[in-house]
Amino acid sequence: MRAIVLGAGVAGLACAVELAERGVVVQVLERGERLGAGCCSWFAGGMLAPWCERESAEPVVATLGAESLAWWPAKFPGTLLKGSLVVAHGRDAGELRQFARRTERYEWLDAQGIGALEPDLAGRFSQALYFREEGHLDPRAALAALAARLAALGAPVRFGAGAQASREALLAAQAAGGTLIDCRGLEARDALADLRGVKGEMLVVKLPDIRLSRPVRVLHPRVPVYIVPRGDGHYMIGATMIESDQPTRITARSMLELLGAAYALHPAFGEAEIVEIGTGVRPAFPDNLPQVRRVGGTVHVNGLYRHGFLLAPALARQAADEVLGAGHSPEVMHADSRQRRLA
Amino acid sequence: MLRLYDTELRSRLLLGTARYPSPSILTEAVKASGTQIVTVSLRRESGGERAGQGFWSIIRDLGAHVLPNTAGCHSVKEAVTTAHMGREVFGTSWVKLEVIGEDETLQPDVFGLVEAARILCKDGFEVFPYTTEDLIVAERLLEAGCRVLMPWGSPIGSGRGLNNLFGLKALRARFPEVPLVVDAGIGIPSHAAQALELGFDAVLINTAVSQARDPAGMAGAFAQAVAAGRAAYEAGPMEPRDLAVPSTPVIGKAFLG
Repeated sequence: MRAIVLGAGVAGLACAVELAERGVVVQVLERGERLGAGCCSWFAGGMLAPWCERESAEPVVATLGAESLAWWPAKFPGTLLKGSLVVAHGRDAGELRQFARRTERYEWLDAQGIGALEPDLAGRFSQALYFREEGHLDPRAALAALAARLAALGAPVRFGAGAQASREALLAAQAAGGTLIDCRGLEARDALADLRGVKGEMLVVKLPDIRLSRPVRVLHPRVPVYIVPRGDGHYMIGATMIESDQPTRITARSMLELLGAAYALHPAFGEAEIVEIGTGVRPAFPDNLPQVRRVGGTVHVNGLYRHGFLLAPALARQAADEVLGAGHSPEVMHADSRQRRLA
Repeated sequence: MLRLYDTELRSRLLLGTARYPSPSILTEAVKASGTQIVTVSLRRESGGERAGQGFWSIIRDLGAHVLPNTAGCHSVKEAVTTAHMGREVFGTSWVKLEVIGEDETLQPDVFGLVEAARILCKDGFEVFPYTTEDLIVAERLLEAGCRVLMPWGSPIGSGRGLNNLFGLKALRARFPEVPLVVDAGIGIPSHAAQALELGFDAVLINTAVSQARDPAGMAGAFAQAVAAGRAAYEAGPMEPRDLAVPSTPVIGKAFLG
């Protein structure tokens, strides 16, 4: 059996690895010249936080996302399972109570508990939610690990493959009875008219003065922000959500909001070096839920929205089942959003 | 029937479109609310002109009148530019005018508001100004050409309900003929019912619905509260009294002591 995967973002690479490991002859085509070029996965936070995401996402996101906590450590040893921490400043205490009401599988920590987990946050917050089972990873290292795994399986990613190369490969695959797995994200709007873009902005900063070991979410009624440790004193600060399909540069307002939230978490962020400013556009369907959708001979895996690394493992499993005729997954296969949400 | 500018409306509930978990849930909430007017923020929801096409086409498909707003604008110039953008994108001369004076409370800058209203009314816009309950500001806005006023209940997103009942009642009494829409600060359906009971013509809700655990369910609850409040206003509520008044007369009853 043969399959061609279009797109080497997290969805494409996860699908390709899943298929290759099940014995399918896979070819991955990426229009970018190198890993991460032009794909929004490159700017992801890399939080594996199925239960935190329940705050605003449907139950199916938690159900599918929970699979990622076993999948990623098996594919990428750099995956860290240290939980996540959710805090709010004193006057936003109501936000923390609301977050707690809408999520599950957490424990309340007092000031002492916070200090025990993250000594540099000691004395800064009187209460926090701790989601012990969640994890995080460095998205770029994780993508590289998947690409390396594919190379080891004899299916290296072919970069710089434009429309012409893709068309030729598709014809060859079809002639050989293969399936096309389209994981192009927003680029697939030519085939999926209901896709839209949601722009995100992020920063990477370096500050050796303090150390955080796990993602910290700072709740705020207008500007909720998360900070994810990337190791070696680097931290990712993200991410805005703007209804826009243009990966334009960051606005001053977003920059102020992201840095302001980080500074409020700990004043040491005021001394941080700004290493990188990134923007990307997430592909989303109207219900902000992912789909594995078969259109003719093509299987589309798309709409991962802000949950790329969280949901890619489950979607890759479902896409592989679909290609191999091994199953049907109503929770994401169904095009009707209400049914998918209730699944 | 409610009449805002020259549009007649059955629903007295206006719904904001920001901060829903997804556009699908927004669509469900709009349906459940029965609203005929949705507001949409151009500045905060998109990265600039033309960039938010995906979201805007969803807004257009909601089947309600679109009221573009200038949320997040801090100056007259910014608000005027955003109003023009709204007119171009949605093909409407309506604009919900917000000029924010201060970030902590999102309190309107009423001086900038009056100035922007004057510019926009002259330019053919039908302006829905987001203002305080201040009577003199209201007068100035009407002089500028506004024919609808949108006084706040309490600060945007605070969910604290009608903060200054005296001021809001005074505004209603002073401008009996002007459509008044309570905008901002409504947290729960009883707040909305109260506004309608006091004779306000409509309410505008966003956060209370979009941030509810079940936005569509909450939108339906608000629709009922608004209908109840309006029906109560039209039915003529009783005046509160200081003493108990028995609903059954005692005179003439048999004395069984």
